[in-house]
Amino acid sequence: MDNFSTLIGGIAGDGINEAGITVARLFCRLGYNIYMYYDYPSLIRGGHNFSLVRASSKKIAAHMDQIDILIALNQETIEKHAVRLKDSSFVIYDADKVMLEGITQKGCGLPITSILKEAGAPAVMKNTCILGGYCKVVGINWSILESVLKKHMEKKLEQNLLVARQGYDQAIESYRIDSLSSKIERNPLPIITGNQAISLGLIKAGLGAYVAYPMTPSSSVLDFMAKFGPQFGIKVIHPENEIAVMLMAQGFAYAGVKCAVGTSGGGFCLMTEGLSLAGMAEIPVVVVMVQRTGPSTGLPTYTGQGDLNFILSAGQGEFPRFVVAPGDAEDAYYWSAVALNMAWKYQVPSFILSDKIVSESQYNFELAGAGTVEEEATQQWSGQGKYQRYSFTDNGVSPMAFPPQKGQAIKTDSYMHDEFGITTEDAMLNKKMTDKRLLKERYLADDLERYEAVKVLSEGNGESAKTALLCWGSNKGVCQEAAEKLGLRAIQVLVLSPFPAKQLKDALQGIERLVAVECNATAQLARLGGFFGFEIDDRILKYDGRPFSLNDLESELGRRGI
Amino acid sequence: MNPMDLATYGKNTWCPGCGNFSILSAIRSVLAELDGQMQSIENVVLVSGIGCHAKIVDLMNVNSFYSIHGRVLPVATAIKLANPDLTVICFSGDGDSLAEGLDHLVFAAKRNIDVTLILHDNRVYGLTTGQFTPTSPLGFKGKSTPNGSFEHPLNPPELMLASGATYIARGYTHGIGLLQKLFREAILHKGFSFVDVLQVCVSYNNLYEAYNKRTYELKDHDASSYEEAQKVIRSWNYDGSDVPIPLGKFYEADARRLDQAYRGSMPNALDRDNSISELLENFI
Repeated sequence: MDNFSTLIGGIAGDGINEAGITVARLFCRLGYNIYMYYDYPSLIRGGHNFSLVRASSKKIAAHMDQIDILIALNQETIEKHAVRLKDSSFVIYDADKVMLEGITQKGCGLPITSILKEAGAPAVMKNTCILGGYCKVVGINWSILESVLKKHMEKKLEQNLLVARQGYDQAIESYRIDSLSSKIERNPLPIITGNQAISLGLIKAGLGAYVAYPMTPSSSVLDFMAKFGPQFGIKVIHPENEIAVMLMAQGFAYAGVKCAVGTSGGGFCLMTEGLSLAGMAEIPVVVVMVQRTGPSTGLPTYTGQGDLNFILSAGQGEFPRFVVAPGDAEDAYYWSAVALNMAWKYQVPSFILSDKIVSESQYNFELAGAGTVEEEATQQWSGQGKYQRYSFTDNGVSPMAFPPQKGQAIKTDSYMHDEFGITTEDAMLNKKMTDKRLLKERYLADDLERYEAVKVLSEGNGESAKTALLCWGSNKGVCQEAAEKLGLRAIQVLVLSPFPAKQLKDALQGIERLVAVECNATAQLARLGGFFGFEIDDRILKYDGRPFSLNDLESELGRRGI
Repeated sequence: MNPMDLATYGKNTWCPGCGNFSILSAIRSVLAELDGQMQSIENVVLVSGIGCHAKIVDLMNVNSFYSIHGRVLPVATAIKLANPDLTVICFSGDGDSLAEGLDHLVFAAKRNIDVTLILHDNRVYGLTTGQFTPTSPLGFKGKSTPNGSFEHPLNPPELMLASGATYIARGYTHGIGLLQKLFREAILHKGFSFVDVLQVCVSYNNLYEAYNKRTYELKDHDASSYEEAQKVIRSWNYDGSDVPIPLGKFYEADARRLDQAYRGSMPNALDRDNSISELLENFI
């Protein structure tokens, strides 16, 4: 089976995210690749949540509109998602709550509410109960569900197993999901979000502190770090606001501790004065910046790619920065480690520019497939002579030292300063220091030649293609798949600053028509490319807060005769 | 160590007669003295904001972080958390920590982080040439309030007492002996120390005459009592009245500190890799 999509919907509080992850784990144990899109409104209880889990024999990072199984815990799920059903689709629903009127597809109603009542189980267990029924319907063995529940149910395992078994026994098998395990020689892979991958990448490269104020969709980095960070010696702080966050990061860096911060657009607005300080004082800091729909509060739980221009120019004055936009969990892991390395190697702010889709979607994650990356050494002071924090060097990078250093004073300054770090308003020195800071960008750009800063995603048929899709961030998955299907080339720009113009030029060899695909209204990557002389012929833009489905992109390409 | 060993080639640009000279002289003496005793000088980190006060770090041959307006305390807090063996001393102004950075001041006290904050409280914006600040008295005629301000001043020690600071004192830039004593106590105190220094700005708010007349040094005050501290702190509320102004240590207490919350060390790269693999097992 190449593709199998399951949608589970209910109200917030029904455990829809967790239920989706359970479905994903079942498929992973059968050897499939999975991708899960999680859609939820900005509220705690009520509303409509759904998880859309797609399983495939191929590696995927996009969803399709149509689904094979619809699991409905309430009537609204049927009403909202009936449009996704194919003739062959199947509906599993809580027969005590949901009517299947007007649905021609086959269905299986389970008396979920009654089963729970009989078992004396709380309402929150209805997702477990219906997943029991789901496994029976799609032909996944009970033992697989049992093992997943045993591993992941932290509370009331016995009762969960009981209601799941009831659901399983009362449903009727209608599909047979083949196991791929015999064909694929690998153990089941972990399933993680992009935010978890970002966290692991930062940890891998030697993170010592994480500071953040909660903001959707970045908060799960803070939660992950708070839970798992201490075992890696990571100090995790949640201070009074994002202004404090950004300044604390710099206090940590001054004392020699590698630090990252995390936020979304509004929180980052508060960080910009501190960002500029990092630029002037040459303090390494990593910013995990997860985009959602803006401007302002916008759609807090929905996606967008509207902050690229902002990130590229945030902060007063001129200073270099490293910006990378990962496209899935493996990118997120690898490039987050690189981002931390770059920040410390060049003493610049470094951005992991994510979006809600990369950050909160679930991916099967292969550590070995993410690329090899190690913590890189930072340039340390030799210990000879008088230490000067801002000494002039060939590449603009001044060796670092951290207090205490016997007989030395380590001085950092937000004002224009001399080599020692004392404030000066001298014109010549001002120019020289500015040149020194900007020089680092050139060496950073050279260093990037070691990396795939621009990735051609569609190997094979993409080589002869005359049309290319240009994307960044979470559109990686959908562009790659559409390109492979339609014989196009898909090109992902990973690094956005310093802009990898040479690598992009190489990736575009033989291309006659270039189509930018972005989740914003003004085609910000296309504009950036235009600044470097890349002509964009067409723009496919989506800015309703939702990601492109494969069908969305294909139909947009079709309308353009591609 | 001679206090002058702590000087730099940095040019002193304060106005002649500025109260900041006393603070500079007092802190140099105290740090030089402590260097020979319990705290060697390379373990000291100075942090300043922006304003006339902040220039002090350029004049001290000591580790320093010259930060931005109002943001002294988040920087200082993180330095202390990064390395609890460092002694972190903050210099800030009344505009710096009571207006732009008030949230950080309240939270530093709430966390009882073990750093010292010396407030250069001249009750006027000097570097921007004479506007009212959070501690200017009602009716203060500054450049932004030419008809007199409509706001009552904040009482910083009272705010600090309510927020959880564990060392609270007031000094005056005429009276360097007391200033040195308070700085020394504040630095050695474990927890968040706040020293409000009545620092005279000769150019825009010259209060020498009023302070000379009205300040007095506390005697027989029980600094371990919250109630007594509150009483003495409230006896002068920074308005223009003629009541006496107490100087000295108002309050000192022992309490849990944020810097005690983070212990443990980072694993080596190999252990880290193993832990990452183990952690991922949880997500299968």
